[in-house]
Amino acid sequence: MTSIADHRTPSPHVRGALRSRLWRVAEALATPRDPGHYLDMVNPLRGGADLRGRVVDVRPEAGDAVTVVLRPGAGWRGHVPGQYVRVGLDVDGVRRWRSYSLTSTPSAEGGHISITAKRVPDGIVSAHLAQQLRPGDLVHLDQACGDFVLPEHAPGKVLFITGGSGVTPVMGMLRSGKDRLRDVVLVHSERSAADVIFGAELRALAAGGRLRLVEQHTDESGRLDVGRLSELVPDLAERETWACGPSGLLDAVEEHWSTAGLADRLHTERFRTELAEPGEGGTVRFTGTDTVVEADGGTSVLDAGEAAGVLMPSGCRMGICFSCVLPMREGAVRDLRTGEVTTAAPGDGVLVQTCISAAAGSCQIDH
Amino acid sequence: MTVLQKKTDNPIAHLAPEDIEEIGRRLDAIRQEIVDSRGAEDAAYIRRVIDVQRKLELGSRAVLLASIFPPAWFVGTAGLAVAKILENMEIGHNVMHGQWDWMRDPKIHSTTWEWDNVSPSDQWKHSHNELHHTYTNVIGRDNDLGYGIMRVDEDQRWHPLYLAQPVWNLLNACFFEYGIAAYDLELGRNLPSKKRRSSPEFKARGRQVLRKIRGQVTKDYLVHPALSGPSFLHTLAATATANLVRNLWTHSVIMCGHFPEGVETFERRSIEGETRGEWYLRQMLGSANISGGKALHIMTGNLSYQIEHHLFPDLPSNRYQEIAPKVREIFDDYGLRYTSGSLPKQVASAWGKIIRLSLPNGFADDATRKVRRALGRPGTQPVRPDALSATGRVAERAA
Repeated sequence: MTSIADHRTPSPHVRGALRSRLWRVAEALATPRDPGHYLDMVNPLRGGADLRGRVVDVRPEAGDAVTVVLRPGAGWRGHVPGQYVRVGLDVDGVRRWRSYSLTSTPSAEGGHISITAKRVPDGIVSAHLAQQLRPGDLVHLDQACGDFVLPEHAPGKVLFITGGSGVTPVMGMLRSGKDRLRDVVLVHSERSAADVIFGAELRALAAGGRLRLVEQHTDESGRLDVGRLSELVPDLAERETWACGPSGLLDAVEEHWSTAGLADRLHTERFRTELAEPGEGGTVRFTGTDTVVEADGGTSVLDAGEAAGVLMPSGCRMGICFSCVLPMREGAVRDLRTGEVTTAAPGDGVLVQTCISAAAGSCQIDH
Repeated sequence: MTVLQKKTDNPIAHLAPEDIEEIGRRLDAIRQEIVDSRGAEDAAYIRRVIDVQRKLELGSRAVLLASIFPPAWFVGTAGLAVAKILENMEIGHNVMHGQWDWMRDPKIHSTTWEWDNVSPSDQWKHSHNELHHTYTNVIGRDNDLGYGIMRVDEDQRWHPLYLAQPVWNLLNACFFEYGIAAYDLELGRNLPSKKRRSSPEFKARGRQVLRKIRGQVTKDYLVHPALSGPSFLHTLAATATANLVRNLWTHSVIMCGHFPEGVETFERRSIEGETRGEWYLRQMLGSANISGGKALHIMTGNLSYQIEHHLFPDLPSNRYQEIAPKVREIFDDYGLRYTSGSLPKQVASAWGKIIRLSLPNGFADDATRKVRRALGRPGTQPVRPDALSATGRVAERAA
């Protein structure tokens, strides 16, 4: 300590050493918990904390969508337009993670980010987002991810093909690429003009000459015929293309581009909002050992794993001791005692009791 | 108490197998109701308790920095003791039971929670959740029946060592967290055998316990007192007192769960092929509640609803109170005894049993009779069920 006192301003090295020593004392005092648990009570957005975001604003958009503006914690590493972020929300007390497109520019005011979500029918998380979330609330965040992005040097001619909420990542690209994107065509498919998410902003961009907007309103004109896309966009072959939307649309676009020998100029992003449809029994995959087992609806995941030679953690085998709990990466399992189905979206890592859970459709268990 | 199967007045003799399965169905329905209605309010409850506990602990430790002043010492020690009890009971014990796993919050989860106790969470989960909760009150299977150091049932064989069991129990109460750690390590079974004590698995678990002890001791008896400067010794005494209070309290509450008179024990063979209904019935008869107010329930981690907890160990503790009347109704409908009493009554009952069973079965009665006879005042000689079992005349298990 005296050596520090000798210096008027301690060098970063000494400061670092002092800090780490203080932290060690804090750790010793906080054991068996981490000092972070206590710091979180004061500042949940600090650097080093699990990444969270504070809700700044919730505003409805056209087409039953909602935009949530967040102030991310200090650990937020930023994003590239077109990427998405996983957001964890406590809905009815249960933490649920969903992916939403980032629609803000990376240089947004105050370091805020915004996500835009379309209300999914029966979707409890999107409903929570639209109806329950209030400014001031905390949500859990992951770092931005996804490679559906513009390259650093934007190509001269760009085509976006979007359907429904597939416009959200593209909106992020358009907002931030205003000055870089010189020749842009956006073909967007939506039920009606009023349902187009960001409709007014897109039309304003088009009116300002920033973009050529082709809207296909399926209520009046039917589905977008990808085969006839070249009639709408004659120079289609010269354009680097990004497509995002429902599977049907993307399948058609991929096939068309592949047939035309343009597959390397096409970038697609598939949304997976639908969860595995629960059934009776199914394929259980243990990711650690890459063991795949076909299990019926009456066999527990634990029994199925053991029967296939997987070394499974186990305990009471009747659902009371929680020794057998393993993360389910995605899929669905049914509680053999109650019939209750637990579903996990990809990456969720929902912890399930394998001794009383049977496959309800396919599922992946991290073990 | 004698194992239920040997009793002359078997308390479940009047139940037909269909009755037992119906009890199971009714209990399943109660469980389902709670599972279906778990939600944001329950999540808010446990987060609030955790928040209060952490603030109380931080605040108490801050006050203890000035523990050289007696008022600070008393306030800080009391606060820290309460914080430790809350952490161990309403939070730690219940989180480790998976009561809050449904929230999918990795920070409040049975697989990640480490409690403020020298016993490492995963070892405790094995001996408590897996062995005790599965084999509740089965002689020879449930080590919680006397923790391997005491005789708490007539059907446990008497040994002269048990003469001192009131002393063991008092010592165990004072150092309960170390007792739990030793118990989880099964020291009594593992230490005497060279093969067992030198097995890599036992050694690894031993090292894990020592690491945990080192962390706990460093925090309470070194770092915190050192930060108190001139109050070093006072803070040391304060943390030691808080740990002692926590140990005495948790030990008393745990004793009330299964040791008071009226709680049934079960024969090892009786659980072979046990149905879910029969398992439920064993939990109903093998546990005892503590009656009291809201503060008592929270401070016991709702283990005052031991019966409800043993029936549904993974339901959130804040909901036991609400289901208790429905559970009680099932007891009444089927003529079963719902064992409950105030904390002093149950603690006294458990201690009474430990003192009585430190002597061989019927020893106290025999001695009384002999004294009376010597004094020329012969007393009545009641036929005790345990006297029957001692002579090997075992009542058949009720069909």
